[in-house]
Amino acid sequence: MLRFNELTVQFAGLTAVSRLSLDIPKGRIYSIIGPNGAGKTTVFNCISRFYTPTAGTIEFEGRNLSHVKPHQVIRLGISRSFQNVELFSKMSVMDNLLTGLHSALGHNIISISLKLPSIRKTEAEARKKAEEVLDMFGLTRFADEKVENLPYGYQKMVDIGRAIMVNPKLILLDEPVAGMNSAETEKLCELILRLRDQMGITVLLIEHDMSLVMKVSDHITVMNFGEKIAEGSPAEVQENPAVIEAYLGEVEVDAEA
Amino acid sequence: MKDRILNRRTAIVLFAIFLVAYPFLVGQSSYFMGLVAMAAIFAIAAMSLNLLTGYGGQISVGQGGFLMLGTYTAAVLQVKLGMPIWVTIPAAGLVAGVVSLIIGLPAVRLKGHFLAVATLGFGLSIPEIALNWKSVTAGYSGLPMMRPDAVSSDLAFFYVILAVTMIVTWLLLNIANSRLGRAFLAIRDSEIAAAATGINVAGYKTIMFIIAAFFTGIGGGLYAYWIEYVSPNDFTIITSFFLLAMIVVGGRASIWGAIVGAILFTVIPHFADAYIGITNLVIGIAVILIILFRPSGLISIGELFRKSDMNREIEAEPLRSEQANPSEVPDAKV
Repeated sequence: MLRFNELTVQFAGLTAVSRLSLDIPKGRIYSIIGPNGAGKTTVFNCISRFYTPTAGTIEFEGRNLSHVKPHQVIRLGISRSFQNVELFSKMSVMDNLLTGLHSALGHNIISISLKLPSIRKTEAEARKKAEEVLDMFGLTRFADEKVENLPYGYQKMVDIGRAIMVNPKLILLDEPVAGMNSAETEKLCELILRLRDQMGITVLLIEHDMSLVMKVSDHITVMNFGEKIAEGSPAEVQENPAVIEAYLGEVEVDAEA
Repeated sequence: MKDRILNRRTAIVLFAIFLVAYPFLVGQSSYFMGLVAMAAIFAIAAMSLNLLTGYGGQISVGQGGFLMLGTYTAAVLQVKLGMPIWVTIPAAGLVAGVVSLIIGLPAVRLKGHFLAVATLGFGLSIPEIALNWKSVTAGYSGLPMMRPDAVSSDLAFFYVILAVTMIVTWLLLNIANSRLGRAFLAIRDSEIAAAATGINVAGYKTIMFIIAAFFTGIGGGLYAYWIEYVSPNDFTIITSFFLLAMIVVGGRASIWGAIVGAILFTVIPHFADAYIGITNLVIGIAVILIILFRPSGLISIGELFRKSDMNREIEAEPLRSEQANPSEVPDAKV
């Protein structure tokens, strides 16, 4: 579904991603793990077209993403959440979700300013969809609350909720459970499985919480210093000596935190 | 929730009835009708600016320039070409819109202070052009205007201004509360996330500029017909700053807030004019106090009660979820 061909990204001489090739199959949960600074988020930002690769290409369903603009990516069926929660913080939870549906709504300015029936209808449908997503995340009672007033864990949920509003084919989740408590993590774990099993969404996941990664992933790629050092099923990756070496210390830090 | 909407609707209807009855409450005094007419014109400009600055986060220090573009477009079309009001007023909006597109296309690539300085330049240059392009604008002496016969009295034209203001308010409310308004807010809060949700950031900034300029231009056109005279001193850079002050005091990202600000800033000079120089002092103090104590503007005062209720619920919430799932804690961090 999503294929990287020898992707290389350099920032002023620093190589963030080096000749990375990946093939993400449809309908799976695919995780990218690796120590901080391994280039994981850079990969996401290339898919979102915020960065342009120095060399190599990314293909989505056979289509080269090189000439797609950032705001057009979602129309191809790729949506994402952000590592540091990039929400519209002064907007309500409901409005954040509705904005997630932006690319699917018509935007004729004349019919909007006259509030024609067609606009009322699509707006009501959008609201219904948002209510479903709120229900799915258990956020219904916060629908009218400003996002910035919510605890961090809920904000992350809204971020992910916004990304699934458009029924994407592929969703990119950048550290979805960072900063969440254990109960919230558990809930999100179920949710990620639901995305795959019930909604048929392919999930590309970056995460440091190894228990989550091992539980949900179908396939894992391990990166370090911009390069792929291992890949395979969760069991294979756990046994891989290169991975254990890269993670020594990293696992310890996680355990303390 | 329902009660609040009903209350608001009642308040709006009462306010509209008051405005319609207003000329008779003040004995059709031209001065007092003029106060409300100017408040309405400023309200149109402030609402438009609020869409751009309050919703979209794009600071414009040149909105007075679009008001002036509107006044001169209406005046020149009427005086030199003899066009009727139903052509000149929309044309005032269109000319302002087209000019905003020309300056907007490069300007939307600027951010924050740079955008403010660019629009400041625009706001400064329009009165200069009006002053020096003598063949069209008649320079310093200005252009005298004539209202159409059907609405030539102050009373009749007062209602024209009122009607247009109400229509513009309705249109801007629709835009602000739509997917378009959400996209503007989204751009203000996070351009990256906005792009990721499919919003063409540069394109929408341009649209904001055009909408804001279009309606402000219409406000300018109304002004030309109300005063029946346009001159290069009507809307200077001070007007642009006043418009910004109106939306800050009234409430950013709120159409009603812009109206509150416009009314306040038209009424303050009325009461303060007796003491020379006090107007600007009062306005300056008002802006500082609002920024310090109610950064969301006067319009947010009604939200105080609702907010405290909501906060209490959120504070109680995380506790409940942790208590509900004690068994899941041990195996979460393996």
